[in-house]
Formats: sequence, structure tokens, C-alpha cells
Amino acid sequence: MAAKKLSKEKVQEALQELTKFRLIAPAKSDEVVIFKQITDPGEAFLDYGNSTVPPKKVVFPQTETLFRFQRGNPELREKNVEEEGTTVIFGLRPCDARAMSIVDRLFSWDFEDPYYLKRRELTTLVGLACNEPPSINCFCTSLGGSPFGKEGLDILLTDMGDHYLVQALTEKGEKLQDILSAHLEDAPAEEEKKAEEMAAQAEGKIARSINTEGIPEKLPTLWEHELWKKASAACLGCGICTFLCPTCHCFDIQDEVEEMGEGRRARMWDSCMFSEYTLHASGHNPRPTRRERTRNRISHKYSYYPKRFEVIACVGCGRCINLCPVNIDILEILEQVVDAS
Amino acid sequence: MKNPYIPYEVKILDARYETPGDRCIKTFKVTFADEKVWDTWSHLPGQCAMVGIPGVGESMFCISSSPTEKGYLRFSIMKMGKNTTALHELEAGDSFYVRGPLGNNFPLEEWKGKNIITIGGGIGQAPLRPVIQWIRDNREDYGELTVIYGARTSADHCFKDEFEELNSCGDACCHLAIDVEEEGWPHFVGFVPQLLMEVSPSPENAIAVTCGPPIMIKFVLQNLEKLGFTPDQVYTTLENRMKCGIGKCGRCNVGHLYVCKDGPVFSYAQIKDIPEAFA
Repeated sequence: MAAKKLSKEKVQEALQELTKFRLIAPAKSDEVVIFKQITDPGEAFLDYGNSTVPPKKVVFPQTETLFRFQRGNPELREKNVEEEGTTVIFGLRPCDARAMSIVDRLFSWDFEDPYYLKRRELTTLVGLACNEPPSINCFCTSLGGSPFGKEGLDILLTDMGDHYLVQALTEKGEKLQDILSAHLEDAPAEEEKKAEEMAAQAEGKIARSINTEGIPEKLPTLWEHELWKKASAACLGCGICTFLCPTCHCFDIQDEVEEMGEGRRARMWDSCMFSEYTLHASGHNPRPTRRERTRNRISHKYSYYPKRFEVIACVGCGRCINLCPVNIDILEILEQVVDAS
Repeated sequence: MKNPYIPYEVKILDARYETPGDRCIKTFKVTFADEKVWDTWSHLPGQCAMVGIPGVGESMFCISSSPTEKGYLRFSIMKMGKNTTALHELEAGDSFYVRGPLGNNFPLEEWKGKNIITIGGGIGQAPLRPVIQWIRDNREDYGELTVIYGARTSADHCFKDEFEELNSCGDACCHLAIDVEEEGWPHFVGFVPQLLMEVSPSPENAIAVTCGPPIMIKFVLQNLEKLGFTPDQVYTTLENRMKCGIGKCGRCNVGHLYVCKDGPVFSYAQIKDIPEAFA
């Protein structure tokens, strides 16, 4: 499909068109930018770096019902995700889209997760390339990503100044482009080539990096290494590194009983950085301190996940570095892994 | 495809205590409330299920019956936390919910023609029980069956009647132990790893399966090695806190292995170099 352009003057009307779906876009919320459902195109804030909370919550909500029940009634009423309707995430960053394609492997492995996969099926991802790395701690290029990366996206938008270059990448993307056709014009000649040059420039501006070669194989050999004690010494166990990670997918399942015996079984984000995460009913905890929990967090992302799913479960978005209250830096930990003997 | 998070309702046919005390063990014999579930249900010894009550929660337990026992499933559950306490309040005629079968199974097909030694301690006999039952129901496919089992006291022994029956019918040779001397106890007094050395089974054409408390497993593994068993002749089951049971929620991993999906059954060869398996 030929590339198109979306004039910045027409962004509002294009977004208006998309409000017939469940439209999710970056929006200001107090001091930070988050992804939320918008009904007023004016709420969308596209001139942003990256969101504090990744858009993973759209396909993997922080808390979601699995089924509802009524005490005394054997019938369990399964949550119907279909009701949420067709969803468009507009303006997400390439790293966060790539994260979804990584997490897809987990949720479709062996047992298919019906809630997650149905939402993914219903969702079209319209990405926005990073002309400038949004953060000094971006390192997507070390993990096979790019500020202009297309993996996981259905459409890629590139900010060309007075307009966006619109490139449909999948069948879903082409369908959405058709829906928006009244607001689009033909892209200027040579524009895709220009975007490629911009991509190379943006990649060159990524300031941090790690050579991941050999890390997945090396990590299990460093089980008792002193680096884990050092890496976790300052950790408060707050779990923000995992909650705000676009590839972290661990969840808890809890039952809630409301009034009159009506209740639900729900799942909610959980974190391997919490002690209760692995606590047995007997009181035994196989990961009793933050040392073991930090070791698991890094090993899961950089060793266990690639061993099973052939991809590292990190996209280099830098959130865990930017938002850690005690400045724990995953790249510094990985450098210690590389240097360890 | 069926939603793997939605459990089946089961009706309790029979509920009885195996052992007394604060951490008592209760065995439930159940059948599906909807008889049609039996048409699609098939499990093998070693496999597990999430067992619970909507409004309370669910936890993973081994299915302690063999598929050769038709018309019911068995679960032997120790009273430990919130969910198991709620389950213990249930009696025949009540119902709870089951999601499964989950996890892998003991490779009983591969073990055909071999001598099988089970080494259990306490509630660890629950996953071994379906192995024993399976062999009894396919007796000509296997060699000698040696059952080694111990618990703290004679009252703490699970499946007491079955051991007696097993010994008398000649299907297996049973060796029982208690930790401390009791008046009238005719069998071994001491720990399971010591009893294993007493019985001293030959590793030739043999498979050893051991389940029990971690400290017992540790010494059983050492003693099996002394007896000449190689790591690929030794099997055990692992357990960890679980939520989904289907390899998504993350927490049950030991190293790169998910206990819920890759286990609960592992050969010692598979896990001996994974320190977290013994954490």
C-alpha cells in the first residue's frame, strides 16, 4: 500500500473519525503522560516523549475480571472481552509495540490466554516514530529495536514537521488507513527514503547500549555471584521496575466477594520483586530476599525468556532506570554480568 | 477451545481424614457435577489440577488417583492456608471447583519393563499413589514394585489401609517407617533415607521416584547415588506457589523451567544443575 501523509491540521478530524472505536491515545495526566481512552480528540497529546505507564495496560489491564460468580450458584460467568470492542492505540512508541509482540509469545504459548489474545486481535497499533530518543536512558537499539522500529505495529507515523508520514505495515493497518482515507493525502515523493535517513539519525542519537551477546548463556553461571547482592542492596522492593515495564507480564489471581455473595475472580499485575510473589502457604519462600528477587528479574528477562521464546524480554525503553526511586540501573547490572568472571 | 481459567464444578463423593492435627490431611473423592466432562477429561499419574472455591481462591494439587480408577478423582490436601482450610470444611455432597489436568506426568510408558521404587515421605505420597495404582492396574507391564514410605508417627501415615492391602496382595513390597519408636510398631524406626539404605534396591533396570519434604529429598538423592542410581533413573516432583497453572503468571519458575508446565515431574538429570529447584 502506498505511503500517505496526514497533515497536522487534519489530525483532530482523523482522531474524531477513530472515536467510533475505543480510541486510546497519549494524554496528559497531572505531571505525566499516560495512555487513556479519549472521546475528545483535543485530549490527545502527540508531542510527547514516552508515557510513564506503558500502553500494555490496554491489552493486559492492571486488573481484569476472569469470571463472575454468585455464592450458592454453580454457574461461572466468563468475562466477554469482545464487548470491549475494536480498539485503536494511536501514537504509541515503537518500543512499546515491540514489547507487545514479545509478550504475545508468552500468552500464546501452549495454553492460549483467551483474554489477552482476544484483546490483541481487536486492537490496531498506530505507532509514532521517535525522531529524537525520548530519554537519555533509551537503549532500544541494543535489543534489536529502533526509534523507527516497525515490529508489532500496524501503522507507523513519522513526524515530518507539518505532517505525518503514514505507512501501513499490516493488513489491519491497511484497513485502518482505508477508514482514514478521507483525511489522508498522497505522501510526497521520496518521503519514505527521507524517513529512513531520519531513522538512521535517530538511532545514532541513542546514548546508551549493552552488548547482549552471550548474556543469556552467562547469567545462569553467575548464580552465587556477589554482583546480585550489590545490585539489590539499595532496592526498596517497590516493584515499579516491573509494573512500568512494557514486557513484564506476571500476574496474581485473587477472588473478591462483593455484596450479597456476588463476586469475581480477577487477575492483576504482580511483581517478582515482592516477597509474597513466591511465598508458600507453609511460610517457606524460595526467594527470601531482594538478592534472589533481583537475580530472578534480570535472569527472567535476559536468560529464561530468550531460552524459551528466542527473544530477550526487554525492549530498552529505559523506564525501569528513569523511574526507580533509588537509581538502580539495569544497564549497570548487565555490564557487571558481562564483566563478571 | 475451552477457557483454561474456568474451572469445573465437582461433587464430593467421599471425604475422610488421613491424618490428625493442625496440619491434617483430608482425602476427597470427587466426580464432575456435569457428567459430560468425563468424556473430555484425561489425565496421567503425576498431573495436577487447580483446586478451589470461587470467593476463596485456588491452589495446585496433584491428582492422587490413577486414571485407571474410573468414575472419580482423588485429592489429598493438607490444611495449610486460606484455601485448604476452606476445602477442609467440605463434606460428601458439597462441591468445589477443579481446573485441569495441568502439568506433565511420570513417563510410565518409558518405564515399562522396569523395576520401580517409590520413596515417599508424609504428604509426598500423594503424587506417588497414582504411580503405584497405575502399575497395579497394568501389573504385567512392569517389574518389581518397591514402596518405601515414612512419616513422623504412625498416625501421620497417609493411605494406611492401602499399604496393608498392597503388601498382602503381593503386588508390591512395602517398607514403612516412623521417625520415633512407638509401642507395637512392627516396621522400621528412623528416617526414610535410612530405610532406603536398609532396603538397598538395585539400580539395575530400575527407576526411583521420590516425593516428600525437601530435607528428605536431599538425603534420598544422595543415598540413591550411593546405591548406584544415575540421575536419569531418578524422578521427583517440584512444587511452588502458583496462580495460573498454565505458564503465564510467572512465579513458579525454577531457573528457566516452569514447574506448572515443564513439571511438576522432573528427572534428577533435568534439575540437578538448577540451584533454584532445591531452594
